[in-house]
Amino acid sequence: MNEMKQKNIESTKFDIPPELQGQVEITTIDKIYNWGRRSSIWPLMFGLACCAIEMICTAASRYDFARFGMEIMRPSPRQADLMIVAGTVTKKMIPQIVRLYNQMPEPKYVVAMGACASGGGPFKEGYNVVSGVDRYVPVDVYIPGCPPTPQALIHGLITLQRKIDTQSIKKVRWYSKEPIDAIPVPLLGPDVVDPRQNAIIREQAEKIIEQSETNAAGTAQVEQA
Amino acid sequence: MSEQTAIPVHEITPAADLAARFPGAVTVDTRKGYEGCIVDRDHLVEVATAVRDEFGYDYLSSVTGVDYLPEGMMEVVYHAYKTTGGPGLAFKAQTPRDDAVVPSLVAVYPGADLQEREAWDLLGIRFEGHPDLRRILMWEGFAGHPLRKDWKEPYFEEEGKPFKNRWPDGQVYRIEDKNPFDNNVQYPEGFDPAQFEVDDESLLYESLKRSIRGRDSALDTDVIMVNMGPQHPSTHGVFRVAVALEGEKIVALKPVMGYLHRNHEKIGERNTFLHNMPFTDRLDYLSSLSNNFGYALAVEKLMNIRPPERAEYLRVIMAELTRISNHLFAVGTFLNDLGAYFTPVLYAIEERELILDIFEATTGSRMMCNYFRFGGLTRDLPEGIAEKIRRLVYERLPRKIDELDLYLTNNEVVRSRTEGVGVLTPEQAIAYSTCGPVLRASGVPYDIRRAEPYSIYDRFDFDVAVRYHGDTYDRYLIRIDELRQSVRILQQAIKDLPEGPIQEGKPQYQVRVPAGEAYGRVEGPKGELGFYVISTGKPNPWRYHVRAPSFINLTGYEKMCVGNKVADVVAILGSIDIVLGETDR
Ligand code: SF4
Repeated sequence: MNEMKQKNIESTKFDIPPELQGQVEITTIDKIYNWGRRSSIWPLMFGLACCAIEMICTAASRYDFARFGMEIMRPSPRQADLMIVAGTVTKKMIPQIVRLYNQMPEPKYVVAMGACASGGGPFKEGYNVVSGVDRYVPVDVYIPGCPPTPQALIHGLITLQRKIDTQSIKKVRWYSKEPIDAIPVPLLGPDVVDPRQNAIIREQAEKIIEQSETNAAGTAQVEQA
Repeated sequence: MSEQTAIPVHEITPAADLAARFPGAVTVDTRKGYEGCIVDRDHLVEVATAVRDEFGYDYLSSVTGVDYLPEGMMEVVYHAYKTTGGPGLAFKAQTPRDDAVVPSLVAVYPGADLQEREAWDLLGIRFEGHPDLRRILMWEGFAGHPLRKDWKEPYFEEEGKPFKNRWPDGQVYRIEDKNPFDNNVQYPEGFDPAQFEVDDESLLYESLKRSIRGRDSALDTDVIMVNMGPQHPSTHGVFRVAVALEGEKIVALKPVMGYLHRNHEKIGERNTFLHNMPFTDRLDYLSSLSNNFGYALAVEKLMNIRPPERAEYLRVIMAELTRISNHLFAVGTFLNDLGAYFTPVLYAIEERELILDIFEATTGSRMMCNYFRFGGLTRDLPEGIAEKIRRLVYERLPRKIDELDLYLTNNEVVRSRTEGVGVLTPEQAIAYSTCGPVLRASGVPYDIRRAEPYSIYDRFDFDVAVRYHGDTYDRYLIRIDELRQSVRILQQAIKDLPEGPIQEGKPQYQVRVPAGEAYGRVEGPKGELGFYVISTGKPNPWRYHVRAPSFINLTGYEKMCVGNKVADVVAILGSIDIVLGETDR
């Protein structure tokens, strides 16, 4: 082991002072930066439904995701890196979820835990259910299951760590010069209104009016005939 | 007259008595498969007062509405019971659909408060005289009343399952593709996204201001409005409370819910009867097996069948294991709420995991067990599990419960935070329709396993746990008591567990449920869990309503909190032990 490291170090083109030989490791900034981040992901303490109970069990003694540096659950979004969306996302709740996501500082990640958060799950057809949290916030990892077992959740979190490993400090969005826009918060009117969908909503509304006008004209003609 | 003699004598008594007491205003419900009586809505308050005071049905268990679309009529169904035990009385009030108005019963039974609001929200039945008739699960301004039979959700496919595209044709498509917005939304005609009214919650704050009580007028202080939740670590999910404070003292409090409203009932009315079984798991997701129990009982009542002996024993075993795992979790998280952050809950979860292992081995899932069938169970205990349960209930659990008791009960911080806090007197507890541990901690020994025994609970020797102070401390203690009683029941059940089949008849995918109504209730870990099911003889229930203990226990929440300090909001909520899947459904 030691020998190998020695060899590695000697093979680099850097001058290592003799007193530090065998004690220095050379690696890329990306690697060390990612290693730091992936080993201390603080999840937002935030449970929506049944899946949250499995999340609590994962945090508890038997499964213990502290082994992955994730035990510090933060109730405040300002201190959190990871949002585990554990449960059914409802229309009444989605404005809050988007707001929480906007309040989290970069770099931030989202894990959709369970069928509900990924795509609506068993309750998809419900009138108050959002068919997947990814309709509003970008998701990094999806975990199937209803609920996913703690093992599945841990697997999802390891997958997230793998994803973090592939990121490069040069390319990540939070160091780019472009500003990162907040996600517009959905509004609760007669149904939930996503401001990004305004154009299509207006278009559809016009279509309906047109249709009813042509229908009305049609019936008028029939009546005349 | 000849129709009435057809009804068995034991059923005739209370309803016919009531009809005789109010001739003209009350008639016995003679629809086939229905029970109870129909009250003329103009006399409802008067009749309900008599039901409570003269007939002794002091406990209003459930209020719900039914939309009889073909008849053009709405019906509000009340189930009342006596806290001394025995069968209940169902009475109903009818109103035309287009102008659905019924007098409110909040003045007679304060426990009707949240339930009437729910019926208004979901069915559009207006309760005249209700002090605070706002929407409860959906937000103000939502278009329509979704549980009405002619209201269609954006992802509507067909009236009932199984959908034709799935079976027998098997051509599945994404329902999004059929929706013009490619999303689960729909808007009224001519809707303009640039200008519409966004719910600003002014009604909530007005109602909060109206109910401010006990202000100390000697001090000229401001009232501060504080919102806790829906994202808050101590609300056990996405629950929210709006509190009005004077200094640190709570002067008014309103629970705000619906953040997890998953349309359980609307989906349930599209599902077939059996389809609903896995959905009940997700009501109170900490105790799925006792939810299964309640629903199975309600449908079995309609079908008039009973499971075989071994299945009855296994049902009881599973329900009591569920109670233990729920109470362990409840005690653990309650201590979390008091500030003993995460240590007690680690101990509690350790034991809970052992029970979950049993569930996983038997039913296939840790949490969503989907284990009960009408007239039986899905599968028998696998090998070695009976032994595992035996060891758990004879050796490990009694020891661990004593350990919890030893560490927590006399802890000075626990006692000083909880004793005398959030008191609910027995009269209030009954009036607010609280149930389960909350009711029993207030000195009312009402446990459905004893008051109206179902399944085979009458065979077991156990005590109904009861405590008399009605404060937060007693609501904690009663859970420890109940843990011990559940262990006692389990010890007897596992000892006497007979051999035999576990399913009455052949297991069926599509059950035939005769037309009629049934109200099945069980003593769940959180309290009385009721299922009100109406069948029209079709594969799907016409009405499927859940009387959720977590939801109704919140009716008295304001009463418990007012006058206490703001920090007690969390402690009291923890002692009620709510689960949002059930509160919001
Ligand atoms: S995926 Fe299943 S377990 Fe998870 S929140 Fe949805 S219904 Fe509950």
